[in-house]
Amino acid sequence: MRAAATEELELIETGGGGVALPPLDGGGDDGRRWPSPEVSRRAFTTGVQLGLAAIVMFFMSLTSAYIVRKGLGTDWQATEMPRVLWLNTLVLLASSATIELARRRNTAKPLTAEAREERFSRWWTATIALGILFLVGQLFAWRQLSAAGLFLRTNPSSSFFYVLTAAHGLHLAGGIFALLYVAFRNWKRSRITQETAADLAALYWHFMDGLWLFLFALLTLGR
Amino acid sequence: MATHAGAGVHAHTAPTGFLWKYIFSLDHKVIGIQYYFLALFSVFVGMALSLLMRFHLVWPAAKVPFIAGGIMKPEQYLALVTMHGTIMVFMVLTTAPQSGFGNYFLPIEIGAEDMAFPVLNMLSFWTTFVSLVVILAAFFVEGGAPIGGWTSYPPLSAVGDVAGPGQGAGQTLWVIGLAIFCLASLIGALNFITTTVDLRCKGMSLMRMPLTVWAWLVTAILGLLAFGVLLAACGLLLLDRLAGTSFFIPGGLVFTDTVLTSHDGGSPLLWQHLFWFFGHPEVYIAILPGMGVTSHVLSNFSRKPVFGYKAMVGAICAIGFLGFCVWGHHMFVSGMSPYSAFAFSLLTMTIGVPSAIKTFNWLGTLWGGKITFTCAMLFALGFVSLFVTGGLSGLFLAQPTLDLYFHDTFFVVAHFHFVMGVAAIFGIFAGTYFWFPKMFGRMLNEGIGKVHFWLTFVGVYCIFMPMHFLGMVGRPRRYADLTGVNFLAPLHNVEFFISIAAFITIGAQFIFLYNFIHSLGWGKKAEENPWRATTLEWTIPSPPPFDNFAGRHVQVYRGPYEFSVPGAPQDFIPQDEAPVEVHGVHNEGKT
Repeated sequence: MRAAATEELELIETGGGGVALPPLDGGGDDGRRWPSPEVSRRAFTTGVQLGLAAIVMFFMSLTSAYIVRKGLGTDWQATEMPRVLWLNTLVLLASSATIELARRRNTAKPLTAEAREERFSRWWTATIALGILFLVGQLFAWRQLSAAGLFLRTNPSSSFFYVLTAAHGLHLAGGIFALLYVAFRNWKRSRITQETAADLAALYWHFMDGLWLFLFALLTLGR
Repeated sequence: MATHAGAGVHAHTAPTGFLWKYIFSLDHKVIGIQYYFLALFSVFVGMALSLLMRFHLVWPAAKVPFIAGGIMKPEQYLALVTMHGTIMVFMVLTTAPQSGFGNYFLPIEIGAEDMAFPVLNMLSFWTTFVSLVVILAAFFVEGGAPIGGWTSYPPLSAVGDVAGPGQGAGQTLWVIGLAIFCLASLIGALNFITTTVDLRCKGMSLMRMPLTVWAWLVTAILGLLAFGVLLAACGLLLLDRLAGTSFFIPGGLVFTDTVLTSHDGGSPLLWQHLFWFFGHPEVYIAILPGMGVTSHVLSNFSRKPVFGYKAMVGAICAIGFLGFCVWGHHMFVSGMSPYSAFAFSLLTMTIGVPSAIKTFNWLGTLWGGKITFTCAMLFALGFVSLFVTGGLSGLFLAQPTLDLYFHDTFFVVAHFHFVMGVAAIFGIFAGTYFWFPKMFGRMLNEGIGKVHFWLTFVGVYCIFMPMHFLGMVGRPRRYADLTGVNFLAPLHNVEFFISIAAFITIGAQFIFLYNFIHSLGWGKKAEENPWRATTLEWTIPSPPPFDNFAGRHVQVYRGPYEFSVPGAPQDFIPQDEAPVEVHGVHNEGKT
């Protein structure tokens, strides 16, 4: 039993628990897999990673549509990106840093549980605030564009700008909801710990950050 | 940290109230049955639509019940075509074999207590339900159901009701309904994969999973990667319809006497690419679970292990992978470059290789077996037959030169109804006759079941085989009425024959319905393992308790199809039976 447990732990540490190769022998715990926290942690990690794979497919479809639509027709007029997007990008990058600060576990000096808790909630709140700031910034960019007479239906380039930013914004809003959920849910009665939930929310958050960098590059360089 | 886990945190306990036990249940078994009944309802709706179509094709001037105005107008026929395809593909072929049986049996067959995310599972079903309601609602709005076919090609699907009566509100509901269905399927796929990857019991290695589980896993992967693409496409189509964008709508379109000036520069082909990038994997989403069930059932009733188990696993994965590389073969007539067409053609015919491996291995499984012709077995054999018949016409259609001629004829109708439609339906029937005792605790009547099988089997061949010939002659598809067309006039008898065969086959499904309902209430009580099968669902009571194994720690010691093992006391060994000889001692020493 003891041996099986260490095996299980090793499995988690060596990157099991992902969509990476599942253990060929089926994992090797005691058969009652589901309620154990290790298995739950692995399952939730797999679930989030698979969700991200589906999101990649969704945005890749839009990207390929973008490229195809741009290559067709003569009505494509490059949309000048609002300057505020650069600022928004910095805000989102900063939020990725704060979320890492929030869940950092190893520090030079050992912290008490309260101090760690305090640091977590401080940086976690900062991340949520930055996330909201980013969305507000995106709305501001929309207003700048519409003030310049560029609307959803004006031309294909502006259509894609609104579609891509809106789709990303919705996903990021989901991320903010996840951060709030991690902060406020009672994790005592849950199948996973708050720590795991925070890890997974952070994974999603970084992914949204990277996705924005990709979309911004597409909209700027692929104009 | 690892050892004290599990005792305190029980994920969920059996609910008591009716609402939480049967409606918003978190139990994968109840959800599986909910999906099954949703599909059962939908299949009868879809069948009723095809009945009206077959009636109209033979008696175009006759009055038809349920049709506004009595005599069917061409656009009403097209609405039937659209809704028949949509309901059958999404609500039946995608739902029953994967979400229905998969939900019920995947966790049990891998020794898990439930799906990885029970709440998501429940949400996934109810989202599907909402999507069905939204799609059916299209019948009841102004203009009626959409008329653009289940593929809803723009520009006709994108410009609103100038394109026809159903293309207004009806088409909008169709797009929204489909988008909701995409969300439901994504959630479901995520749950299936996670469950298979992370919740297998001790000893259930990948190469010990039943082929049904392999099929459900690969199907879920296809769903996860494909439905996001359809979702994106539906989103863009909706914007074209409602927000005035031009993703799919080209400029200068003329409808009767008006030129459409509000749109410009969009590409209908873009929709086709996005749609078929989803649509081709969708074909395998419909058929793969049926392949899994067929392997399972053939092995069981031949009392032989599946021939070439590893090759079967490889073939399932290869079919899944290749399914993503061939979407262009739906677009040979779209004016694509012959070089692209050649590449798609070659890749498409490559799918013949894993398909042939599967067929060869099914025959190998049967070879020399002690075959009993139960209803489940008959339907599995029917599946093989239909799959081969439908697959062979696929080789014709995979060639661009032939497809140019066949594409818009009944040859294609015959092809996809054989290979994707009725083959998958036979997979569902095989699963139903095989698993009904486990799901409902009672046996289906085998005698009535055999009548049902023979009428259906002969019936579908009588319906769809002649359609090949109609297609070769050049009978186009999607036309409401061709009675005045001279070169098709000699074929009226064939049409008549097909319609009569269709009426009889549809009638035969009521035999099944009677059997189903009657057996639910008054069937013979099922034992734990009536088919003398090996996989884990047959080691627990029928129907299974709430947490499947009643707290038992399942462990698996062997492969899924150990039939007729030399020297064994009986002709099957359940997966969880520990080896009695040297290995057993070794195992005991460990615990």
